[in-house]
Amino acid sequence: MTVTETLKRWWHQLGSPRWFYEISGPWQTGFAVLALLLLAIGTVWGLAIAPMDYQQGNSFRIIYVHVPTAIVSQTVYMLMGAAGLVLLVWRMKLADMVLAAAVPFGMSMTALALFTGAVWGKPTWGAWWVWDARTTSMLVLLFLYFGLYALRQAIPRNEAAGRACAVLALVGTVNIPIIKYSVDWWLTLHQPATFKLTEAPSMPPEMWLPLLLNVLGIYCFFAANLIGRLKLTILERESGTRWVRELIAGRSP
Amino acid sequence: MNPKRRTRLTVVLFLLAGAGVSVTLVLLALNENINMFYPPEAVVGGEAPVGTQIRAGGMVLEGSVDRDSESLDVSFVLTDYVGAEFPVRYSGILPDLFREGQGIIVQGELNGEGVFRASQVLAKHDENYMPPELAEMSAGHQKKPNPLNYDR
Amino acid sequence: MSFASFGDFLAMGGHGLYVWLAYGSAAIVVAANVLSVRSARRRFFRQARALERQKAAQAARSVDSNQMPGEETK
Repeated sequence: MTVTETLKRWWHQLGSPRWFYEISGPWQTGFAVLALLLLAIGTVWGLAIAPMDYQQGNSFRIIYVHVPTAIVSQTVYMLMGAAGLVLLVWRMKLADMVLAAAVPFGMSMTALALFTGAVWGKPTWGAWWVWDARTTSMLVLLFLYFGLYALRQAIPRNEAAGRACAVLALVGTVNIPIIKYSVDWWLTLHQPATFKLTEAPSMPPEMWLPLLLNVLGIYCFFAANLIGRLKLTILERESGTRWVRELIAGRSP
Repeated sequence: MNPKRRTRLTVVLFLLAGAGVSVTLVLLALNENINMFYPPEAVVGGEAPVGTQIRAGGMVLEGSVDRDSESLDVSFVLTDYVGAEFPVRYSGILPDLFREGQGIIVQGELNGEGVFRASQVLAKHDENYMPPELAEMSAGHQKKPNPLNYDR
Repeated sequence: MSFASFGDFLAMGGHGLYVWLAYGSAAIVVAANVLSVRSARRRFFRQARALERQKAAQAARSVDSNQMPGEETK
């Protein structure tokens, strides 16, 4: 079988919720175990072992929750934008389910990034909240998540709700580069990025290693959480089909 | 790809491009207003309005901090290290990170004599983090902190 | 280890309130994400099984009531 044929088959199988439900169980467990390990080590390391910052002291340790949640909230949104594109063009059922299932996680992570930012801002900047380009564009991201959640609730028909959400998710991705470059394009209170692709990080390894673990950990946590929610969405939407009824009957009460 | 999907892909990409272009135009039109504060050159050059609530920022000039011994009154000079600087007067508690050479943003009013009366002082941290020991070691040959991004 | 004692660790050099608020809120959000999926999954299976039992009972009843009049006409 050629490579393109294999890819084509995968693409078609991805469109089958039942196939996804049946293969994803071990993946969910694997990601959950990895997430637990990475987050436990990264958090203990960041909280107790990593050195404090020469200026901020120990409030610097908030970086180990603030940066991972802020990064993952934007990645989740990009994923939803991609799912929206796939749904609008290929009408793939699973894309619509991803679009629905990723919202609660992304929304909670955006809220957490804003909250930990406020809690870090108070001792460092001297204010819980300021209206600069970075904080405002992150707040816009939270409202986009609210919009996606509300739209799903407001439109009863799954198909129409899916398409409306797909358009909002896709158009909303315009905000992601604005968040990323806000600190370079405008004068803000928020500092520019510590990590850049082209330069060495402005931080020694004993400080960024635990941060890396927590970032990887939160991605694994997202993967496990997304698979869990997807399986539930699949069950709900396919509840009339024979395989789901057999699954329900097969589970001992 | 079948023609139907190709059409849908084209429509969707146009939608995305349209959204991108319109947001870019709005941001370009708003460009100055999105800046959170006026840099020293704008304060000195008269671009910052006098007598209304504004925010201005700069680096605390070394040796310019003058604390009143009997009250919380403090005065200091904010500079961009390339020629523009303005004096600030403030009464209140300064943030922990306030120190000479630190990036600072002040909120308040600029008066006719070019003095900024601040009602709030915020500390701007830069993107460099390091342990205290490392900071002491590299203090001599440390690159100039640049939290205002003047290299743009 | 970056702290001399457990008390120092809790105090976080005077920034304890902020640091623990951040980590505490993160723990709550992580737990809420895990628990909400788990409880929704349990709820789905409980309701689905209840629905199946209800359907089975209804089917049994309708079989009974169909047979009775049938027997009377014999």
